[in-house]
Amino acid sequence: MSEIPLSHVLILASILFTIGFVGIIARKNTLFILMSLEVMLNAVGVAFIGAGSAWQQADGQVMFVLVLTLAAAEVAVGLALLIQMQRRFKSLDIDLLSKLKG
Amino acid sequence: MNLSTGNLIMGLNTLQLMFYFAAALAIVASLKVITGKNTVHALLYLVVSLLAVAVCFYLMGAPFAAGLEVIVYAGAILVLFVFAIMMFGLGQDETLNAPLSHSFKLSNINLWFGPSLIAILLLSELIFAIDSSLVQEKLTSNIIDAKQVGILLYGPYLLAVEIASFLLLAGLIAGYHFAKSEGISIGQEGLDKQKETGGHS
Repeated sequence: MSEIPLSHVLILASILFTIGFVGIIARKNTLFILMSLEVMLNAVGVAFIGAGSAWQQADGQVMFVLVLTLAAAEVAVGLALLIQMQRRFKSLDIDLLSKLKG
Repeated sequence: MNLSTGNLIMGLNTLQLMFYFAAALAIVASLKVITGKNTVHALLYLVVSLLAVAVCFYLMGAPFAAGLEVIVYAGAILVLFVFAIMMFGLGQDETLNAPLSHSFKLSNINLWFGPSLIAILLLSELIFAIDSSLVQEKLTSNIIDAKQVGILLYGPYLLAVEIASFLLLAGLIAGYHFAKSEGISIGQEGLDKQKETGGHS
């Protein structure tokens, strides 16, 4: 059993997740939205590591590695889309992407 | 605040206090990320937030995950962000992310002050954790090392590793395709029309 109680780790993870979620909802700059996504994925990692250390199993860290690869792939695609967006609209405002429909 | 009240209460566990301190730093840095106006500032705070979470991982008895967090997240993914910001050309953004003065003097020290303060606090905490034999004793009792993780990764989770490799390959191809110089998916005239309507800034 770890020294740090699992509930406090989960509280930290949920606070970080909420911060990232508020960032996604509130910001209009797409780059900040991607950064908030990073914060949210990081919070998920905190929850996995906390659970893994509470039960003394390595599965939590395995899931953290998988979350890490997911974050890397997501950021690569997201930043490439961002570069394309800056090239076409000369701006990073997320509202411009509403023109994508149709 | 958390630390100052915590230091007075010596009944609490040292490891727990350090964890709460690093967690508070992570929360503060994350709040600065989502509320920042300047892109580069927010990026610096994001790096510091990831480092604080890495310290939390270390204190939770997962040094392998902490190393991965520093190397892959703060080292690789954030460098990708930095490259993207460099490609956007600082100052073309509507949020005016360029530093006000182009002179790299002490005048823009407030750019560095917040992130470096949090980083120094984290470094001192990490040094304390390494130096203090009491903390080390508690940490090594419930550690999950990289060997167990590797055995699990290439044992029961082998299929997940393969899928993750396909995901990375897909990310590579999609990143290359999307970031290619001129759009192939739409014609040249459509691109020109979009450039006209895109606003002149």
